[in-house]
Amino acid sequence: MPSPDPVIRVSGIRKTYQSTVAVDDVSFDVHQGEIFGLIGPNGAGKTTTMECVEGLRRPDRGSISVLGLDPFRDVYQLQQRIGVQLQQAQLQKRITVWEAVALWASLYNTRTVDGARLLDQLGLTEKRNAWFMTLSGGQKQRLFIALTLINDPEVVFLDELTTGLDPQARRAIWDLVRGIRDRGKTVFLTTHLMEEAERLCDRVAIIERGRIIDIDTPQRLVDRHCAERSVVLVTADASAPAQFGRIRGVTSVTGDDGRYTIAGHGDDFVTDVIQCLSEHQIKVTAFRTELPSLEDVFLKLTGHSIRD
Amino acid sequence: MLRGLLNLTWLEIKIFMREPLGALGTILIPVVVFVILGRLAGRRAAPAGAASSELVRVLPVLASVLIAISAVLSLVTIIAIYRESGILKRLRATPLRPHTILTAHVLVKLLFTTLTLTLLVIAGKRYYPVGVEFPLFHFALALLVSTLSILSMGFVIASIVPTARFAQPAGALVLYPMVALSGLFVPIASFPPVLQTIAQGVPLTYAVSLLNGILSGDPWSAHLRDIAALALVFVVCTGLTAKVFRWE
Repeated sequence: MPSPDPVIRVSGIRKTYQSTVAVDDVSFDVHQGEIFGLIGPNGAGKTTTMECVEGLRRPDRGSISVLGLDPFRDVYQLQQRIGVQLQQAQLQKRITVWEAVALWASLYNTRTVDGARLLDQLGLTEKRNAWFMTLSGGQKQRLFIALTLINDPEVVFLDELTTGLDPQARRAIWDLVRGIRDRGKTVFLTTHLMEEAERLCDRVAIIERGRIIDIDTPQRLVDRHCAERSVVLVTADASAPAQFGRIRGVTSVTGDDGRYTIAGHGDDFVTDVIQCLSEHQIKVTAFRTELPSLEDVFLKLTGHSIRD
Repeated sequence: MLRGLLNLTWLEIKIFMREPLGALGTILIPVVVFVILGRLAGRRAAPAGAASSELVRVLPVLASVLIAISAVLSLVTIIAIYRESGILKRLRATPLRPHTILTAHVLVKLLFTTLTLTLLVIAGKRYYPVGVEFPLFHFALALLVSTLSILSMGFVIASIVPTARFAQPAGALVLYPMVALSGLFVPIASFPPVLQTIAQGVPLTYAVSLLNGILSGDPWSAHLRDIAALALVFVVCTGLTAKVFRWE
């Protein structure tokens, strides 16, 4: 990591609403210049955690430091230096894109970026006089990103940024978020989309029922919890299954009608499968490797799919 | 943060003007109703005597109180809508102070109320038959005091209504019965004793008493009790709002 002091440090926070424990003993660090994702199903405590870090909520217990400030006590000082995108928060129906950008720009004492250029980068220039209520979902999210970036923040918070967007708009937003990181900003986001976490985040924390289960890069989480990988192939060779069973690291061979799934451990597992095919001159008509994803990690760690 | 307040206020004015019926509903309709009522009452005043000229006399108070209440109801609704759609929360995540966000809305409502009443005065001058000396400045000041007091009650309602759909009816349910008990239509002295006691507990009673008094030329010193009551309502309700106001 480029900087020894984390940009965000959360230590043992707990937050309850009446009798419900929303967040319990949550701790993590976010470092300068990374995209850090808090992932988990709806209701896991992602937004509560993020809003505590933003200074919008006060945890019952534990401590938080953002850019060396206490987000609750120094909230106004902090707000000058961060950009916040909230989940499910709208704007006035009849405010125009440009009015929103100009208002936001006027609220910060610090230098602000050129609003017109920002709109241009986000592809909203031709919508600058359009009312908020007439924008599409993707356009609204891009406007929110513009408002989040207007004060040239050091840390950017994005809560469920791509929820409700179609895949194309989602990919466009991902590129924008990578662009924010590439300009040296730190990005803290939440998502319940595993694909989003996997493709976008440098590190993720998996949260479930208010507790963090594990934190690491997506790849290392997969390696740690789901080391098994599979090869799916189609062959007419009846002797093949017996050969597959002898491959080093194999854990199971399943399938019939010439379609087999071979599962096993180890970095060399796929190579070993290929070697076995060539050694025994087994002809295959289809070959595919299946690597575990964060989705599988989540299933393994929690015992249920994130969509349940 | 004055710049933020002015920017937000100006923006909210523009946004309000874009609402269908926004400006029309708040400004034009009261003026038209007032002019029609004034003409009817004025025409009858000459032959029918005391009863209708009494109506002419209280009409300024009636109009001001009703407009103030409708402004408050509209404010309650806007706050509820802004809360429900997350606008309040989004603004709160900026360096804007919470009270700045709410003050901007109060300023917008006061501005439109002032505009409406100014038009009423102009219309009244033209169409009103009775050449009463109108203590405009003092009446406006009394109205401001009354409006702030009603407004603070509105904010308590805005703080606790669960959804925007409930805001307007809940506000109307609290405020309009106050109008009936405030002595606006019937003098409190003619109420049965129980109702008289209740009327003493209704904040609007003091607003009506103050406005009536100032309109008929009383000095401010004659209404210290009314002002104290209205100030008490304002302080209690504002304190309550600060405690229970929900941003989301």
